Amino acid sequence: MTSIGLAQIAIVLLAVIVAAIPLGNYIAAVLAGERGLLSPALSPIERVFYRLAGVDPAREQNWLAYTMAMLAFSVIGFVSLYALQRLQAYLPLNPQGFSGVPAELAFNTSMSFVTNTNWQNYGGESTMSHLTQMLGLTVHNFLSAATGLAMAFALVRGFSRAESPTIGNFWVDLTRSTLYVLLPMSIVVALALVALGVPQTLQGSIEATTLEGAKQTLAIGPVASQEAIKELGTNGGGFFNANSAHPFESPSALSNMLEIWALLVIPFATAFAFGRAVFDYRQGRAIAITMMIVLVAGVSVAYWAEAGGNPLLTEIGVDPSPGNMEGKEVRFGPAMSALFATSTTGTSCGAVNSMHDSFMPLGGLVPLFNMLMGSIAPGGVGAGLYGFLVLAIIAVFIAGLMVGRTPEYLGKKIETREMKLAMLAVLIYPLSVLVFTGVSVMLQTGLASLNNAGPHGLSEILYAFASATDNNGSAFAGLTGNTPWYNTTLGVAMLLGRFAFVIPVLAIAGAFAAKKKGASSVGTFPTHGPLFIGLLLGVIVVLYLLQYFPALALGPIVEHFALLAGKTF
Amino acid sequence: MLSQIRAAIVMIVLFTALTGIVYPLAITGVAQLALPTQANGSVIERDGTVIGSALIGQNFASDRYFHGRPSATTGSDPADPSKTVDAPYNAANSMGSNLGPTSKKLVDRVNATIEAEFAAGRIDVVAADAATTSASGLDPHISPQFALAQAGAVAKARSLSESQVRAVVEANVEGRILGAIGEPRVNVLLLNLALDRLQ
Repeated sequence: MTSIGLAQIAIVLLAVIVAAIPLGNYIAAVLAGERGLLSPALSPIERVFYRLAGVDPAREQNWLAYTMAMLAFSVIGFVSLYALQRLQAYLPLNPQGFSGVPAELAFNTSMSFVTNTNWQNYGGESTMSHLTQMLGLTVHNFLSAATGLAMAFALVRGFSRAESPTIGNFWVDLTRSTLYVLLPMSIVVALALVALGVPQTLQGSIEATTLEGAKQTLAIGPVASQEAIKELGTNGGGFFNANSAHPFESPSALSNMLEIWALLVIPFATAFAFGRAVFDYRQGRAIAITMMIVLVAGVSVAYWAEAGGNPLLTEIGVDPSPGNMEGKEVRFGPAMSALFATSTTGTSCGAVNSMHDSFMPLGGLVPLFNMLMGSIAPGGVGAGLYGFLVLAIIAVFIAGLMVGRTPEYLGKKIETREMKLAMLAVLIYPLSVLVFTGVSVMLQTGLASLNNAGPHGLSEILYAFASATDNNGSAFAGLTGNTPWYNTTLGVAMLLGRFAFVIPVLAIAGAFAAKKKGASSVGTFPTHGPLFIGLLLGVIVVLYLLQYFPALALGPIVEHFALLAGKTF
Repeated sequence: MLSQIRAAIVMIVLFTALTGIVYPLAITGVAQLALPTQANGSVIERDGTVIGSALIGQNFASDRYFHGRPSATTGSDPADPSKTVDAPYNAANSMGSNLGPTSKKLVDRVNATIEAEFAAGRIDVVAADAATTSASGLDPHISPQFALAQAGAVAKARSLSESQVRAVVEANVEGRILGAIGEPRVNVLLLNLALDRLQ
């Protein structure tokens, strides 16, 4: 670890926080339906959308109607994206002449983009036409993120309102999140990326004759526009197979920092937006601080693990001082690779600028554990906030048990129904991750996809199901995911991780919105101070470390000790 | 419920038009007008032929050129398209090795690279990037250490003095912005072009 590396990490995180506070206020205003700076330009478009869709923006929905709208939208999105991939050979804007995407892969990819996972079992530049990239993948990058933000604010309204039968209107939340937040930010970031060297063209490829006279075909396309929303929407599906490690997706240290900033800023901002929405900034600040503690702890471990080099390679003469460079780009180095890896899995982004599969065992443990925690530090767009609020509910409940009072969070009593729903949401993750991993390890077809032997092989499978369930999308990419078994099971894991989690969350939103808001008294457990932050961290450790320790012990941890003993597989 | 399905279909269509057509085309239009070099891939031409992109690494095997990092990209076998073969710096199929830290294949591969480079007399020390593959397989850069380690071999192949070649390398080292942002690096293609211009 060098002081310059630590300074690079600090610069990015500082830039995130500085921007997240005002952005949080803005997002809260947008989702409260307030008019703002962009309203004169955008509200005419907004009104046209509502009129054509037959939506009355003034009419709110109860939690069930809200959920049904969200599900209807997701199903239609899934079907249209599936059709687009299957039919791309017959559609325009296919300069490389790709054939239709095979059925299982198209199923997996549609599920992947509709759930904001963006797991890629395909190589973008060798599978998807420009039309599919633009109409299918870019569109769902916006919409799945906007859906996440909508659901988070449905839950926030559960806390901010009292005795309300409704929690907002899904179509309004979706439209406003896209028009006022994601689209303007994407335009700015996309143009900044072009200025830094990211291509934006409708050409399919460039034919070059190298200095040594060989032919080199450079895949290219409308990269910057997809890159911007890929990070801002914490989606992570790259234009190219190598994702943000590809020099056309991120040509320099500056573009790399901009991309890390872009993937962290909205999740942190939603924590501050929560504070504003419940009329108590300190509540949002406490959550943002907890997120930051988990993020900084993760990046410290990952950077430490990656900066020291691989002892097995040091032994045969490789200089360890620049760090473990297998699967890393020279322009990023270990500090920015570690920060990217921690941020992309701390959010549900899943973009990568280095190959996590080639990280040191403990370096790879960090992104893996981040996802097993459900990517909550700071979490995906919207998904991070509602994931974190579920943990806050559990933390307050435990505090209530300890002091023998009815637990309350933000004036709302937490009763049996809410606790059951919260546990239902939280328990779907280990169920999906551990069961699918266990079954894959027992099947020949599951093991045939491995790229690495020994404990690292188990890590590859565990990582895949953690990533899919968590709707992250990053990978220990050595695992060949494009097989009928993994295309199908990973698709199902994504489905469970998104909808089996969020339906109970929306039910909680409905239950809280209907409750009275109690006044706080001296006996109320304060949920904005260091004691609450400590309790929240404790809940995270107890809940997740205990659930996953056995699996982690057999994967990265045993690999670490094997490495120290000089063993290879 | 029927009204929700109608809303869902209409919203998908409208947002597809806005974020899938208008947004990328508008960005393309602005980028092509305002920043055409970057928007079209930072292409480098020499004597009227496109020799590559300043951002994408190329495969160098000749003694006369500085070599880039090992690359893990593959391509389809020209003799039998159903098979994949190693194709370093294949810019139509970016990928890393994805070998884990305890992989025997990784250790053997690194060992073979080091032995081959030493045997060819190309390097005398092993910089970390000299023996490892990049994440994209298209890394355009190497570390200054790796470049300087090759200077002697390149000078010999070109019948130049080592100090001349080292001077070209040093002129091509890109440092950190404000002393903090980025890593010191040398763009191999630009370095080799500078070398060609020297003679």
